[in-house]
Amino acid sequence: MISKPHVDWFAISPELVLLGVAALALFVAVLVPRWLRKALAAFLCAGGFLGAFVAAGILYGRSAHGHPVVADAIVRDRFGALGMLIVAGCGLLAVFISYREPVRNGHDAEYYALLAAAGAGMAFFVTANNLMTIFLSLEWFSICLYVLCAIDVDLVGSLEAGLKYLVVGSFGSAVLLFGSALVYGATGKLGLDRIGATVSAQGLSRDVLLLAGLAMIITGLGFKSSSAPFHMWTPDVYEGSPTPVTAFMSAATKTVALVVALRVLVSAFPQEAHLWTVAVAAIACASLAIGNLAALVQRNVKRILAYSSVSHAGFMLIAVAAHNQSGARALLYYLVPYSAMSLGAFAVVAARERELGRAVTLDNLAGMGWERPLLGVAMFTFMLGFAGFPLTGGFFGKFLVFSAAVDRGWTWLVIVGVAATAVSLYYYLGVVRALYMRTGAELQLAPAGGAPPREALLQTAVLGCLAVTVASFFAVQPLVDLAKHAGRALPL
Amino acid sequence: MTTALILLPLGGGLVVWLLPWTRFWAGSFALLVSLAEVGLWIETLIRFDFARPGLQLDARAGWFGDLGISYHVGLYGFSLWLIGMSVTVMAASIAYAFWTGRERARAYFGLQLFLTGAVVGVFAAQDLLLFYAFFEAMLIPLYVLVGVWGGAGRLGATLKFVIYTMAGSLLMLAAVIVLGVHQGSFDLVDTGTSGNTWIFLGFVAAFAVKAPLFPFHGWLPDAYREAPPEVSAVLSGVVSKAAVYGLLRIAIAKFPGPTHDVRVPILVFAAIGLVYGSLVAFRAPDVRGVIAYSSLAQMGLIVLGLFAGNSLGFDGAILQSVNHGLLSATLFLLAGGIERRAATGELSRLGGMARGRPVLATLLMTTGIIALAVPGSTAFAGEFLILAGVFQQGWIWAVIGAGAIVLAAMYMLRLISAVLHREVGPAVSDSALDLRPAELGFLVPLVACLLALSAWPAAISERSFAHGATFRVGWTSYAPIRNVP
Repeated sequence: MISKPHVDWFAISPELVLLGVAALALFVAVLVPRWLRKALAAFLCAGGFLGAFVAAGILYGRSAHGHPVVADAIVRDRFGALGMLIVAGCGLLAVFISYREPVRNGHDAEYYALLAAAGAGMAFFVTANNLMTIFLSLEWFSICLYVLCAIDVDLVGSLEAGLKYLVVGSFGSAVLLFGSALVYGATGKLGLDRIGATVSAQGLSRDVLLLAGLAMIITGLGFKSSSAPFHMWTPDVYEGSPTPVTAFMSAATKTVALVVALRVLVSAFPQEAHLWTVAVAAIACASLAIGNLAALVQRNVKRILAYSSVSHAGFMLIAVAAHNQSGARALLYYLVPYSAMSLGAFAVVAARERELGRAVTLDNLAGMGWERPLLGVAMFTFMLGFAGFPLTGGFFGKFLVFSAAVDRGWTWLVIVGVAATAVSLYYYLGVVRALYMRTGAELQLAPAGGAPPREALLQTAVLGCLAVTVASFFAVQPLVDLAKHAGRALPL
Repeated sequence: MTTALILLPLGGGLVVWLLPWTRFWAGSFALLVSLAEVGLWIETLIRFDFARPGLQLDARAGWFGDLGISYHVGLYGFSLWLIGMSVTVMAASIAYAFWTGRERARAYFGLQLFLTGAVVGVFAAQDLLLFYAFFEAMLIPLYVLVGVWGGAGRLGATLKFVIYTMAGSLLMLAAVIVLGVHQGSFDLVDTGTSGNTWIFLGFVAAFAVKAPLFPFHGWLPDAYREAPPEVSAVLSGVVSKAAVYGLLRIAIAKFPGPTHDVRVPILVFAAIGLVYGSLVAFRAPDVRGVIAYSSLAQMGLIVLGLFAGNSLGFDGAILQSVNHGLLSATLFLLAGGIERRAATGELSRLGGMARGRPVLATLLMTTGIIALAVPGSTAFAGEFLILAGVFQQGWIWAVIGAGAIVLAAMYMLRLISAVLHREVGPAVSDSALDLRPAELGFLVPLVACLLALSAWPAAISERSFAHGATFRVGWTSYAPIRNVP
């Protein structure tokens, strides 16, 4: 008989809550009358994310000393708990944004079930402690996302996005798996800290298999965090997917991919730090360059935001490349306002999309700031935040990232980041220009007709994102304390 | 007290944004807040002890302890004067906008008040990061004010303005981070000086764009022409002084070594800007062009004073900053009035406006005469101090400066005669009225301030740096600002 490991149920409580909710939502999809399905499933899903958020919060409070649990498959520490907190927060807001999204084929309950399941996979991913669980949880949430992207199968764009994401994402996963296999072949270990210990014990740090495996793991995670040159799928998938799904992906997927990248690199490969820090810095520079330059010429707002997310992956990878405590702190802090801004910006796009019934471009954004003051001001703030203006958390995010690079002694990375920020202003302010400085009349747009529908839930979500974006500037110290304590869980 | 100066307009702005005012009430509330701000500044002036060196009326609160960032504000003599000039000009600008009746009043007046708060914050900040935050926060309302309420070419003008400014600001951000991380604290009072020329240049770049200094003035003509006149007044009168303050409080006070090493190139650029600005102002085809380029020239002059490296230069630079703030604001508001009457600012289509419009003629003449630094005016006092200060760096600078004063007379007299005298221009109709009483309401206080300062320039020049005895110290050169720690 196989001996069962001791399971610390509390450590996986956020996942359990979300999985339970996903199961319930599936029951809703078949057992509940059609008119009630959507409301009930959304309510359950929101409750699930809220529960996961609370559970992750408690977990954060009670995991001051990180330790592996469940036969070392996952690790219970504040680093993972903070990742779960961000994911759960994103999920909750994503439910609010999704509620009014028209899904033509009536698969509303399944949508929320998948969203909760993706959240559970992500929560598992950020705590994964060996290469096997990393791969499993990666596939777990990725498959949910592939389906979510294509949920609106009647929309050609959505189906195309789902397929593209499936093909490219599977390729990324395969590379990650292959890399894991090579690392396992070199060291004979799967656990992250065991790999590091074995490498230092046996002097494997120049082993070709190990290094090839490391490179492939970085590549695989690069696909998920949509950092250049592994970003090719990002604009198409972001453009084609239903906007709420894009919002969730851009915030949550990037969060977990970067968090896990940091954990894997510092736990399993501390001996190779002189190599991977340079590689990650190079990827960061490529992301900054490609993301910002490509965004300059876009007209579709979702594509602009997609390239902007590539460039932000670059900023956050600077923090990873710094390979020090201030880098970990910077990354974990940055993720909070970034997620809020990203979700919020896509939510505003979703609102405009529903109002106009077509894709949102810089042209048909014209005058929106005056027509819908809350959404306009929020979008203005998000753009300023992306550009790193003070009064938004984006400023301290960049600030901490740059100071981490200075701590590391890489002032040149600061210069690259600053140059990238200067370029990014053009397109971020381009959105503001469209919102406020051009009127629909000036561009002779056909009037959309009628008052836009009231969307209390979406506006609540946008207001929440706005609050987080601004509050993370003023309340930077408490948030950094959270990030700092979480970062201490890593062997840096 | 200082915090109240910052928070009053910010809070006022928030109230304007959030409550459903009509256009009239939004404007009058904003005007009331800006006047209350002036009152609060007068109260601060009374409480301020000019004999005492060092920071006064300061307040401190923890913000981001890990990196040594705190909310730390306080006033020096010179910041007090710059704040006074700023709140006065902002109030006049808001009054002008109220009188003109701007569209989308809530957004407009909220932004103006927000800008006021940010400007005061810049002059009061004693923490590098706080300074940077306020410095950038100024840009946001300016961007929208020019971009939404500006003229036909506003989109291009704002784009240029923002890209220039942000390029400078981001260099400053890099400098702030490197300096702060190395020193372990971002506090301006607690930390010592630095000898790193690159960091120094990062700061100077930001301020040189904001001022603007030659050759970073590419954004200036477009922005000053396309902005609404009262926003141009704020841009050239108030916002450029943030650069003066930054140069003095951070670049010069924190980097004595690099200031010394890079002095000559900076003086050269300032002198070129002074002469070039004056020449272009003389050739400019429109009213705002003259004022815009004269601003460039004046900023060059002020920077000459700042980098003279002695107390005469500093005193003169501060006095001249206040003068120029008031002068260019008055001139831009007058230009706005002229443009409203003639529907154009082109000098070739203007002329003869003095006939039948005595009040306009009087105000424009008075302002113009002060601006060309006629002896006895406050601008003369400021320029004299600056030239006397920079003379110690070499007679050549003083010669250039003195030559530029002649040029200033040329472009100012040309402006006055092109608008007021000569035969009546095609754009000037007989029905164009003289200045209305409401316009006098915001123009006369500005001119009155200028006249008062002309009577007593020492109010500022002897009360900016707490040594109180500029001339008794004699002509020996001063160590970098004595009372700025």
